[in-house]
Amino acid sequence: MITALLEALQFGFMRNALLVGVLVSVATGIIGTFVVVKRIVFISGGIAHAAYGGIGVGYYVKYTLLPLFFAGSVAATNPRPGYYPIVGATLFSLIAAAIMGLVQRRTRQRADTIIGVLWAIGMAMGIIFVDQTEGYKADLMSYLFGSILAVERSEVILILVLDAIIVAVVALFYKELLAISFDETFATVENLPVDAIYIVLLCLIALTVVMLMRVVGLILVIAMLTIPAAIAGQYVRDMRRMMVWAIGLGMAFTVVGLFLSYAWNLTSGASIILVAGVAYLISLAAARLRGYRWGGREARVQGRIAPTQPPPEGEE
Amino acid sequence: MGASVSERREVISIRNLWAGYEHEQVLEDVNLSVYEGDFIGLIGPNGGGKTTLVKVLLGLLPPMRGEVRILGQPVKKGRRYIGYVPQIVEFDRDFPVSVWEVTRMGRLGRRGLLRRFNAEDEAIVARALREVDLLELRDRPIGELSGGQRQRAYIARALASEPEILLLDEPTSSVDPQVSVSIYELLEELNAHATILLISHDVSVVSSYVKTVGCLNRRLFYHNDRQLTPEMLEQAYQCPIDLIAHGVPHRVFAEHGAGIHEHHLEEGA
Repeated sequence: MITALLEALQFGFMRNALLVGVLVSVATGIIGTFVVVKRIVFISGGIAHAAYGGIGVGYYVKYTLLPLFFAGSVAATNPRPGYYPIVGATLFSLIAAAIMGLVQRRTRQRADTIIGVLWAIGMAMGIIFVDQTEGYKADLMSYLFGSILAVERSEVILILVLDAIIVAVVALFYKELLAISFDETFATVENLPVDAIYIVLLCLIALTVVMLMRVVGLILVIAMLTIPAAIAGQYVRDMRRMMVWAIGLGMAFTVVGLFLSYAWNLTSGASIILVAGVAYLISLAAARLRGYRWGGREARVQGRIAPTQPPPEGEE
Repeated sequence: MGASVSERREVISIRNLWAGYEHEQVLEDVNLSVYEGDFIGLIGPNGGGKTTLVKVLLGLLPPMRGEVRILGQPVKKGRRYIGYVPQIVEFDRDFPVSVWEVTRMGRLGRRGLLRRFNAEDEAIVARALREVDLLELRDRPIGELSGGQRQRAYIARALASEPEILLLDEPTSSVDPQVSVSIYELLEELNAHATILLISHDVSVVSSYVKTVGCLNRRLFYHNDRQLTPEMLEQAYQCPIDLIAHGVPHRVFAEHGAGIHEHHLEEGA
């Protein structure tokens, strides 16, 4: 096993993949913590899937539109899709984040239905545009299931930039993000621009989703966004520490998953998710055994209330 | 009482307020003047518009008609003078936030975007926690507090915003009677330097601690008086009779502090 690991590290693409995994885990741990504590897993899934529309549009622009206008140009003859799908996905996920956020804020009822519809429209658009694209689309599956081994050097730079943006924005608005996650009504009364901060958070989710798409694919994005933070949340009761733990766990899952996929010749994205998923189940089981989450703490809390008092009269 | 009232500053003024939701008128022609130093308890059945009134005062629900001013300003500006203590509802006990961090959220409005909390904020937060006797639990996650402690933490958060007015929504709805008494005693102390307006269905306790009481059931019956008269209750609880689950109480207390035994005023859901 050790020799296999060392052997794997000799490959440039493997080192590249590890670097990408580590970098993406930073954004995932920070943003995933917000997704978990604010319980916005569903809308995050919507943003991820709507991003697929952008990939389709990216392909279409690259292989169908551009050749129309620039016949024989470099862009048209280069067989690889380059940054077009990623740029398309970024734009689409950002737009989807903004629309879904506004819909959630402006309509009181059925926001989840509307998010579900946008989720499907995004995917459907992606499929149609890809259908309409002529020629090369072999690596299209890589956006659905990830292809961390195929990440190019130029994309590493992009990931670094996105990481920097996410860390900077969260650092600048940490107290506001914490406030709207914990108690939105109170944040409103304190005159925070609650809606704007929420949309910013959704846009950060959108950027994270685009990065994660390269690592595990958009179908599995939600797992990677939530599992590290969810495990961390079982052990720490401080948001910043939860983020640090989630980052560490994300890195561990990516590295272990990558090596397993290399050693046993498995799909990398799915291997990473399985490692994370198994770790989550083990952590749940461990928590249950310790009786920490379901029995112990509740009992400790109850114990501080005078046990002899009858329940309050006004209780329903 | 009338003479002293006119000399004090009016901190909340509600004039001919009508409010409600799309298909439902909840508040009808409500008028209320809250003066500096007041300690007012508004009671009323569930569905009587208590929460709606709170929402209007916080600028979360625009009135249909009428005007609400806080220290002479429209609510969205004036609400920064209000320290809001929400009703404790079941919440995510796993939320990773400490008592200290929750209390410090009361400083958000003073500090503003892109400004870090400073030493002054920390001092004010510490003072607020000391006032509610919770300073030693400052690092405890909020989810591990008991109901009464959590209520105190929310009061501390409201105090941290250095409010002129404390607005409390059902401050004792989820605590046992003993804790409820201690919370009212705390509010009595705080009333020395803050105006308090609280809203509750808990008639008995409210009327024995506050300075003045009113009844709210679509309309507000408030006479700037401590006495909760049978007429007021009758007016408040009689109107839309179908709102009351267990029937209308016909015999309530003749004088405050006495017959604290009526148990039919809160709706049993």
